[in-house]
Amino acid sequence: MNDILDGIITKYREKEGNVIFLLQETQDALGYIPEEAVNYFSEKLEIPPSRFYGVVTFYSQFHLKPRGKNIVSVCCGTACHVKGGSKIAERIQRDLGLAADGETTEDGKFTFEIVRCVGACSIAPVVLVNNSAYAEMSADSTSKLIKELKKKESSGTK
Amino acid sequence: MEQSEENKKKVVVRVCIGTGGLAAGGKEVIEAFKKAITDFCVDIELDFTCHYQKVGCRGFCARDVLVDVVDGDTSVTYQGIKPDIAKRIVEEHLIKGEPVKEWLIDASYYAFHAKQLKILLKDCGTIDPEDIQAYINVGGYSGIKKIVSAMTPEDVINEIKASAIRGRGGAGFPTGVKWEACRKAPGDVRYIVCNADEGDPGAFMDRSIIEGNPHSVVEGLMIAAYAIGASLGYVYIRAEYPAAVDRLKLAIAQAHELGYLGNNLFGSGFHFDVRIKLGAGAFVCGEETALIASIEGERGMPRAKPPFPVHKGLWGKPTVINNVETLSNIPYIIRNGAAWYSAIGTGKSKGTKVFALTGKVKNTGLIEVPMGIRLGEIIYDIGGGIIGNKQFKAVQTGGPSGGCIPAELLDTPVDFESLGRVGSIIGSGGMVVLDETDCMVNIAKFFLEFTQAESCGKCVPCRIGTKRLLEILDRITRGLGKEGDIELLETLCADVKAASLCGLGQTAPNPILSTLKYFRGEYEAHIREKKCPAKVCKDLLTYSIIEEVCTGCGACRRACPAGAIAGDKKKPHRIDPEKCIKCGACFDVCKFASVSRE
Repeated sequence: MNDILDGIITKYREKEGNVIFLLQETQDALGYIPEEAVNYFSEKLEIPPSRFYGVVTFYSQFHLKPRGKNIVSVCCGTACHVKGGSKIAERIQRDLGLAADGETTEDGKFTFEIVRCVGACSIAPVVLVNNSAYAEMSADSTSKLIKELKKKESSGTK
Repeated sequence: MEQSEENKKKVVVRVCIGTGGLAAGGKEVIEAFKKAITDFCVDIELDFTCHYQKVGCRGFCARDVLVDVVDGDTSVTYQGIKPDIAKRIVEEHLIKGEPVKEWLIDASYYAFHAKQLKILLKDCGTIDPEDIQAYINVGGYSGIKKIVSAMTPEDVINEIKASAIRGRGGAGFPTGVKWEACRKAPGDVRYIVCNADEGDPGAFMDRSIIEGNPHSVVEGLMIAAYAIGASLGYVYIRAEYPAAVDRLKLAIAQAHELGYLGNNLFGSGFHFDVRIKLGAGAFVCGEETALIASIEGERGMPRAKPPFPVHKGLWGKPTVINNVETLSNIPYIIRNGAAWYSAIGTGKSKGTKVFALTGKVKNTGLIEVPMGIRLGEIIYDIGGGIIGNKQFKAVQTGGPSGGCIPAELLDTPVDFESLGRVGSIIGSGGMVVLDETDCMVNIAKFFLEFTQAESCGKCVPCRIGTKRLLEILDRITRGLGKEGDIELLETLCADVKAASLCGLGQTAPNPILSTLKYFRGEYEAHIREKKCPAKVCKDLLTYSIIEEVCTGCGACRRACPAGAIAGDKKKPHRIDPEKCIKCGACFDVCKFASVSRE
């Protein structure tokens, strides 16, 4: 991991010392921001960890825990909200057996997230699986989608 | 006799791959066309060559996938195309020359467009966003070429001032005045920033413009840079918009290749380059000073103004921050002249505005209308009215900073001042239509959940004020509202509005204030009668089965996730109120309307 982090530090120094850039690169490389990475940066760059955590916790893009292989998100922007987004969210939680926004299934295959407006309001309500949007969903069609995803995962093909 | 490929006529199949188009299967449709052509080629010699063109959002997302077949001067548009229909279009239309009638656009397509005036969206949806030449062919980059050779920066500023265009990001500040202030600020380094952090839920104008016509934004940045004296620009764009980011990167790379970005542009001595900064997901970063902090790599927290960014902005240098739609307008104003632009619109609101028309209207999509059009025209003429012929209740404009406008005010003209007078704003252009099944207290709570979560926490009125407002709304929707809650909301709203540091807090109470103003009765019903008139607030509803109507089909029993429904086959079923979680699954699934929700 340290090699990756060193590479990021080099790029960071070229980028006028931008902490957000550093963290975005880290998350792109590792999938999340591990505590060890923050400590490593802190030591190498002589920046207190609090400054990194300040940025990490401020922006919704950063994650302090590893996320699942598939990210199933439901949009709860205004248009999706009035067209039943929250019902879909409840159904996904039930189908995946997850209690709250941001949780990951024990096998690490699925993470459920509620997102705020992905800008696809004209085809609301929208469900996203790894950034592909599914239009005009209902709780039932979402259940079907999740069933298919689970099937794909258990048969080992992606 | 075989014709050589070059002599054959060219047929263009144009497919929408905007957000809506992609989700509806735009890419699969293109593949299906290609496959159908290849399959037919095996058996017969085609007398044409087929070309494919991917275009950005064409607006009418409700009818996606939209496909144009362009054959010489004639263009035929199809709607609702799925991959399996492609083969028929190829066989009947492309080969035999007979358009497939049942998939042709119908009256609603024309109605959707009749009252629109497309300036920005005209090219968006007809040109290939991934090809700089396509933009150049429709006059692109002629604006910047014109000004560097024939106009001084002051001329450009005067032209923009004369056009009277106002910022499309929400506040509606005159763009030319902003540019002038920055130009006059002391110092030799200045920046131009494009704000593409479109965080308003229910808005996707900026995304669509960047995806459909990215070069118009790049040219807008160039013109602004020339006018204010900047040689570096930034586009601060949401990472949640990966397609838009890719298009923009490509556009910038193509502009570099042609020598449209870089040093000594068009031999004029003007240098300019653009960098992209990815937002990391914080609504408040749409606020200018927060956006600057975020570009600098810090927590995106606003600071007090003045000093304004035009005097002290990015890295302490004079900076102009303009919204995507504003910048996208600039090349068209330069090309066609200030007089042309200011002839469109009303007294103080000139030009057109792009809106994301969504919610409970039949024709959802991206629209562009002249300022001054009535709200009712947008909802009924362009939007085609309410889905399922339900009753219109309100239209929410301006997102979390805006308000809900009721039916009796549908005659209101859409311009900055008029919407302000009725307690809402144009905002960035989200327009969510609500019908009789939407609860206005719930809508207010929805927005407060949003602003409370997105409050950066720097100032007390916003951090604590939005939290308290949300708590009061939450208890009202749960049937725990008390006498005096409405008055308490009003007092607190006034305080949060008056004392918050930035626009987020100052406008966060608007959804509450406007719903209280026009739908006070709904609040009172929740508080006094513990009823939700729109039947949305779960805690105030009771589900039961009407025994006389129930056929005992068992659909509700199977649908109930809580196991709260029991009953023998073909005998009336019953809901156990203790177990019922009020999810409404039984209500939705019953074909005989035997589930009552009160």
